[in-house]
Amino acid sequence: MLTVPARSAAPSGPILAVSNLTVSLKRGDAWNAVVRNLNFEIAAGETLAIVGESGSGKSVTALSTMQLLPRGISRIEGSIKLAGRELLGLPETEMVKIRGNDMAMIFQEPMTSLNPVMPIGDQIAESIRFHRGVTQAQARADALRLMERVRIPDAKRRYGQFPYQFSGGMRQRVMIAIALACKPALLIADEPTTALDVTIQAQVLSLIKELQEEEGMAVLFITHDMGVVAEVADRTLVMYRGDQIETGTTAEVFARPAQPYTRALLSAVPQLGSMREHAKPHPFPIFDIATGEAALERELPDIRQKQAPPLLDVKGLSVRFDIRSSLLRRVTTRVHAVENVSFNLARGETLAIVGESGCGKSTMGRVIAGLRKPSSGHVELDGRDLAGLSQHELSRHVQMVFQDPFASLNPRLTVGKAIQEPLQIHHLSSPKERVEIAADLLQRVGLSPEVAQRYPHEFSGGQRQRICIARALALQPGMLVADEAVSALDVSVKAQVVNLLMDLQQELKLGIVFISHDMAVVERISHRVAVMYLGEIVEIGERAEVFGNPRHPYTRRLLDAVPMPDPARRHYRRNLTGDGELRSPLKPRGFVPPQRHYEEIKPGHLVQVPGPEWA
Amino acid sequence: MISAFRNWPSALFLCLIALSLLAPLLPIHDPLAMNIASRFAPPSWAFPLGQDEYGRDILSRLVWALRSAMFIAISAALLSGAIGSALGIIGGFSRGATEVLTMRSMDIILCFPPLLLAMLAVTLYGPGSLTLIPVLALVFVPSFTRVAHASVLTVRSQEYVDAARGMGAGAGRIMLRTILPNILGPLIVQFSFVMAVTVVLESGLSFLGLGVLPPAPSLGLMIGTGRATLAQAPMLLVWPCLVLSLLILVLNAFCDRLRDWFDPRHVHGTGN
Repeated sequence: MLTVPARSAAPSGPILAVSNLTVSLKRGDAWNAVVRNLNFEIAAGETLAIVGESGSGKSVTALSTMQLLPRGISRIEGSIKLAGRELLGLPETEMVKIRGNDMAMIFQEPMTSLNPVMPIGDQIAESIRFHRGVTQAQARADALRLMERVRIPDAKRRYGQFPYQFSGGMRQRVMIAIALACKPALLIADEPTTALDVTIQAQVLSLIKELQEEEGMAVLFITHDMGVVAEVADRTLVMYRGDQIETGTTAEVFARPAQPYTRALLSAVPQLGSMREHAKPHPFPIFDIATGEAALERELPDIRQKQAPPLLDVKGLSVRFDIRSSLLRRVTTRVHAVENVSFNLARGETLAIVGESGCGKSTMGRVIAGLRKPSSGHVELDGRDLAGLSQHELSRHVQMVFQDPFASLNPRLTVGKAIQEPLQIHHLSSPKERVEIAADLLQRVGLSPEVAQRYPHEFSGGQRQRICIARALALQPGMLVADEAVSALDVSVKAQVVNLLMDLQQELKLGIVFISHDMAVVERISHRVAVMYLGEIVEIGERAEVFGNPRHPYTRRLLDAVPMPDPARRHYRRNLTGDGELRSPLKPRGFVPPQRHYEEIKPGHLVQVPGPEWA
Repeated sequence: MISAFRNWPSALFLCLIALSLLAPLLPIHDPLAMNIASRFAPPSWAFPLGQDEYGRDILSRLVWALRSAMFIAISAALLSGAIGSALGIIGGFSRGATEVLTMRSMDIILCFPPLLLAMLAVTLYGPGSLTLIPVLALVFVPSFTRVAHASVLTVRSQEYVDAARGMGAGAGRIMLRTILPNILGPLIVQFSFVMAVTVVLESGLSFLGLGVLPPAPSLGLMIGTGRATLAQAPMLLVWPCLVLSLLILVLNAFCDRLRDWFDPRHVHGTGN
């Protein structure tokens, strides 16, 4: 039985009580139960996190509580009580009053949940007026106060600005302000920081935590990220395919998981710092979901060919995009996406490029794969300049694996055809041989050759990413560019795909450029790491060096912001103000980038001498 | 039973195609053979739908009119679909000057009302189905170009197009093998729409005397003459109107099925 924490002085029972909740969705003529027999309670001032992988029913639970599931195709059974009042069966007109007033929700995508043509301040004020019926002037004053409470700097000036003038983190603050407009008793946060960069995520989570302490709200936190759970939740509920697997205090669930699935889930979470004893990349231990037991750990030999001339040599690479004025089509500003970047990569080596959104890491990956032309500088592959190679020739040597496995496979091609396509384009081998090669590649990435006849939509995200990797390997390239290749995958699948990439590297002596924002995965997979900030490399070196002895202030900030999947090591500082937002890579025409100097800490470990902005 | 019923559009479409193709072989009267003695004769065993104002067999004239309507509609829609989609894909994929050229030239065609354009062409080259097909095709090229262009703009930013470029695929291959299959859905919907409108436009032009030339049978012509004799023989107007409606309905419903069938997400067969 739940005991109400001492700090909530309210005499009554829990704010939210859910019992025997079963949610079914209609598919065709049949009802599928997507949430089965769920029970939980949240007291005032308490945070309950529901965690699970995609398809576990966690978002459906949140939507059922808000009663936002489309009627007619959904059926909710059981009981949902908000402060003792039964919500199931209430007419829509009553629910409209409860939503926003008594419970509020923040969504994952701050980009799409705001009205793009309405000033930010008015959007907050509108919500206040709608629910409280105060005057316009009163609502405006309240909105300004709320903007200050969610630490939007310079609130007066920003009141009249539009969503496009706000960064992702700032927009999420606006969403929180709207949600808090009527001091709800319950706040439901559905993956509120998943779309944000780590440093911004840390700020937003701290903000929610602090506002909760001030208001004594109950918070229902939906997430797939065990690190976030460990940072914010008092209690944790683990879901798997619609079932409630385990519930308990966060400390207990993390320290002594009772169920094998929870054990497997927790051990699959990449943990920053778990690689301190290893100098080389190390595969994830894979745990069995049924038993929770780990497979045998193995060491991978170092196959880097450091003495040979580098496979990839990037010298002074810059990429700029022109932005023209709408009237005269004159170049007014330029995006300095990549600025004077140099590095190299040996055969059999993985270089990770890390940084937050907008730092130019993806642009660099596309230049290496030949999908974008550099503005200046050289990229040499095996000693040959990329500028002299056609895309057709280049594709034999470099292949790319993209972020979104749902967008990077042509939905009209069967999987087998998709893998054969590169061979067909290059007129390699006969049609019969191609089928055999595709079957062989499918087997190599851990799929059955029989699936070749199926279409991409029949596969899960992890399987699709395996297919993309198989396709990339069809031309036997010497190098892979993996652009956020595992970011969209569930933790357990992520670990498997990372291990697959490592195994393939061993077998095929691949050079891999691994572009990612996920520091914990990077720590596992890479030999060397380059940290990018606003288009420049601020620190580069052996992985153990950069992670163990970060010298640049930005590298430190990035590492500090990574949530720890360990409630005993909660470390978020109360850094709530909006500074630390990424500055813009947008520069006026004629901007001359400052001359940068690098300091060599150890052989191979270079750090940019921080400019005055870091002082 | 139920599955056959569900797929009635395809069944009916095949029936109409078969009827049109086999018209010369069917045991029906010559659609042009006149018999003034039996003008406006009511239905009989020999003439199941009766005879018209010249004593010609209405059933056989309907079959031959259907044949010419389907021939004109399908060939005009195919022609405009091929040209229009190609222009739209090339324009949308290449961007820059090519895009301006293809899209703006379509705007010029769109400046002319379709009926006016058809009348102009008919005045210049004379009436008849061989003028009608290229004119109708020209009229509907812009609609295909626009649909294709808009669809290409959404598809070209997908990662699988980048992936194809990354494999070393050339522009032609990407347009034909990667982009085209993915924009087929809206194009087929447009195709069905154009076929239906072509049938209507063709009968309209024939009605005005600018399309199919008498005495050749055409639905528009039959409606035109049926209007004149409405008081004596109302069924002369009703039969071609019914056939016209049925034809448009079947064309639309069939193209709907076609679109589903091309979608790999659709379960082939009887469904479930």
